[in-house]
Amino acid sequence: MNNKDFPLMFERSKEGRTSYSLPELDIPDFDLDTEIESNYIRTTPADLPEVSELDIMRHYTGLSNRNYGVDSGFYPLGSCTMKYNPKMNEDVARFDGFSHIHPYQETESVQGAMEMMYDLQSSLKEITGMHEVSLQSAAGAHGEWTALMMIRAFHEANGDMNRTNVIVPDSAHGTNPASATVAGFKAITVKTNENGLVDLDDLKRVVDEKTAALMLTNPNTLGLFETEIIEMAEIIHEAGGKLYYDGANLNAIMGYARPGDMGFDAVHLNLHKTFTGPHGGGGPGSGPVGVSEELAAYLPKPLLTKKEEKYVFDYDRPSSIGRVKPYYGNFGINLRAYTYIRTMGAEGLKKASEYAVLNANYMMRKLQKEYDLPYDQHCKHEFVLSGKRQKKLGVRTLDIAKRLLDYGYHPPTIYFPLNVEEAMMVEPTETESKETLDAFIDSMLAIAKEVEDNPEIVQEAPHNTIVNRMDETLAARKPVLRYQK
Amino acid sequence: MEFRYLPMTESDKQEMLTTIGVDSTEELFADIPEQIRFRGNLNLKKPANEAQLKKELADMANKNVNLKTHASFLGAGVYDHYIPSVVDHVISRSEFYTAYTPYQPEISQGELQAIFEFQTMISELTGLPVANSSMYDGGTSLAEAVNLSAAHTKRKKILVSKAVHPESRAVIETYARGPELEIVEIDCENGYTNLQQLAEAIDEHTASVVVQYPNFFGQIEPLEKINELVKSQTKTMLITSSNPLSLGYLTPPGEFGADIVVGDTQVFGIPAQFGGPHCGYFATTNKLMRKVPGRLVGQTVDEDGVRGFVLTLQAREQHIRRDKATSNICSNQALNALASSVAMSSIGKHGLRKMAVLNMKKARYMKQRLKEAGLRVVHEGTFFNELVVDLGSNVSEINKQLLNKGFIGGYDLGQNYPELKNHMLIAVTESRTKEEIDIFVKELGDLHE
Ligand SMILES: Cc1ncc(COP(=O)(O)O)c(C=O)c1O
Repeated sequence: MNNKDFPLMFERSKEGRTSYSLPELDIPDFDLDTEIESNYIRTTPADLPEVSELDIMRHYTGLSNRNYGVDSGFYPLGSCTMKYNPKMNEDVARFDGFSHIHPYQETESVQGAMEMMYDLQSSLKEITGMHEVSLQSAAGAHGEWTALMMIRAFHEANGDMNRTNVIVPDSAHGTNPASATVAGFKAITVKTNENGLVDLDDLKRVVDEKTAALMLTNPNTLGLFETEIIEMAEIIHEAGGKLYYDGANLNAIMGYARPGDMGFDAVHLNLHKTFTGPHGGGGPGSGPVGVSEELAAYLPKPLLTKKEEKYVFDYDRPSSIGRVKPYYGNFGINLRAYTYIRTMGAEGLKKASEYAVLNANYMMRKLQKEYDLPYDQHCKHEFVLSGKRQKKLGVRTLDIAKRLLDYGYHPPTIYFPLNVEEAMMVEPTETESKETLDAFIDSMLAIAKEVEDNPEIVQEAPHNTIVNRMDETLAARKPVLRYQK
Repeated sequence: MEFRYLPMTESDKQEMLTTIGVDSTEELFADIPEQIRFRGNLNLKKPANEAQLKKELADMANKNVNLKTHASFLGAGVYDHYIPSVVDHVISRSEFYTAYTPYQPEISQGELQAIFEFQTMISELTGLPVANSSMYDGGTSLAEAVNLSAAHTKRKKILVSKAVHPESRAVIETYARGPELEIVEIDCENGYTNLQQLAEAIDEHTASVVVQYPNFFGQIEPLEKINELVKSQTKTMLITSSNPLSLGYLTPPGEFGADIVVGDTQVFGIPAQFGGPHCGYFATTNKLMRKVPGRLVGQTVDEDGVRGFVLTLQAREQHIRRDKATSNICSNQALNALASSVAMSSIGKHGLRKMAVLNMKKARYMKQRLKEAGLRVVHEGTFFNELVVDLGSNVSEINKQLLNKGFIGGYDLGQNYPELKNHMLIAVTESRTKEEIDIFVKELGDLHE
């Protein structure tokens, strides 16, 4: 169906149609409106749709057909780890005993849920090599900020009040500098060198007695392992700063290396990336934080612990930064991650990283024939190409991404990281077969050829999606953020 | 050992290694310095097969008392409401739940339109023109609102009513430490925010006043008066946190003049799941549109003039503005926003008011029964679906006994309010029957002192 004909839910609405099934009032009735001051009673009802149940299913089925997920096809969106989302995890998350429990129930009535959380904490400690883990943070950015608040509290507890700066590589994800600001720090940029790694000389230049922390993704957002990590850790620690690990890229190194062993003091993980939490069209995620022994006292409270064979929430943590979220984190996502870890075990997780890296290197080598590869060395789980060869022919990375839609793929992440011109960041993940990778490679090579022979077909892409390129300028200049009758 | 999520065969692997020009995958990891190479085996439980793991997890789940086996009178921010079957059918469609953020609008119109509809529904409920695509939860959404008010007014003082959810207040405290805000808490009196104290505390340094409507005790705060007090200072903003179900019946905060309205849509189609994931909403005025945290979906047209939707006003966000962004939020709660949209569509315009009224009437029946049983309901005045009762004995102990009788009892207010020791906050939703209420009251009558 053309988008022209696809209505909004509100346009399907018809006065008098219903879809709800509410219980009858089984108590003696009375007039409520007399009890309540009239100006507190809503005069015009919230204009929600009036539709039938079938209308709802047709509507959302239609919308789902206008959407693309990992189950629809290959989704090599760099930095996002779009691996397969196991169906068993979905089933488990819907067990009544997990799905329908209230966070304020007596803890003795939710020991099973707490056991899962405790076991997950233990697993994540082992995988990251950290001393203690909190599951409270809701997503990656939230975990970053949580850890920075802990680092802030640590420095303050040491009377170190002038550590106002957080160092962030120019290749870092946008949430890193943003989290630094929200935590009250100033973000200072450190440059990437010609090998795609943090420039140690520049790092030495920006580090000083004001340095609170360095935020680092390793492997970094170019998909390269920061080989000088030990020296970096020394530089930062020497200056009295802390080292923070953005775990978005952990999928490359599970069982091969651990942030704790690299000298990191705090890490966050994206359970909705590495550990198969489905992305849900943008969330919910889960961003647990792991820390060294030195920082453990500052973890958010309550902290789930075990006392005499019983699981308890420990609120008696005077140095804690406090709460970062109501209740105990995104339990439902944590449960899916736990199910995944239990399915894979140590051997399976290591194999996942092995294949994630193998797949990325394979694709990189096949694609570098036609696309510029700014950092020509083995990558980890993802790699970044530059579309600058194609740009010379008048075709931009955006065009290539749109052309991939015609070939039936979700494109790679584009224009990130910022330090690569016309960037295309490709992350195949380990759950894809060689046939899928080959087919995607063929499409990319075919597009490269089109750029040379017939650039218009790429520049004018996409050609067979339900809508063409959208007018984003119009959307921003005259914002329409809700339906108006 | 076979792993069903790893499709590469040994021969695939060999071919790929040849293409790469290495002999083994080990060579691809040679850039990790030996000093930090992990050479052991991670000490994790052994891989488990599907049937065995499912059974083990089912056993774990069965150790938990749940809202299906027990009738719950526990609320305090998380409620046991009716969830229409359509909700799970929609959010189980994998084109939705296995998708990332809709960065490519041509193949993401489904998600984008669903969010646009969510924004519209939240706007309708709150009486404010702008709503974003979701926040982590009601608590962090409130904290972001506070930070926005400080940044916008360039002021540091925030007044927060103690009748705001204690955990939301705790989250505000933590978030406020970044921009170094001064949080001043306003006491409660008879279950309402003390307006005299509030009036005295507001001054020209006050960025915003934060109240909950209905508040944590279930009482309906006099927003009209509160807004007058707030607006007596130029620029000071009114922020309310609201259970969106209550707004099916109550005048929306936007109509009283609230500048930002936040809350959690857990009440619409999202199971309690031990406190998360739920779904924060964030609504505000046109004036603040360009300061909103998180993603916004806007309507536009494609090259052929066909209506469509895109992520818009992204110049506020971290991926563009980096350290100058209005917030660091990236992933949000999209799938739960979808669940709530489906639930709101299902409940519909008339169902919503009906559902709110059912909650209010049943809660009033509970109040009447408690009084008849000789229990002291401590607050007078208008309330939504929660009320406070003085049990005169330890709430946690009573709750343990109630569990044996098939009930999940209410919230122990003594944890957060010393003056309300031995007081229980009871929630009554449309899901509770007359019979459950009657028996619950009888049990409480027997158990309290
Ligand atoms: C490298 C990196 N860091 C941090 C984040 C932020 O994670 P989240 O979206 O869960 O907040 C992302 C994901 O977008 C990322 O790719």
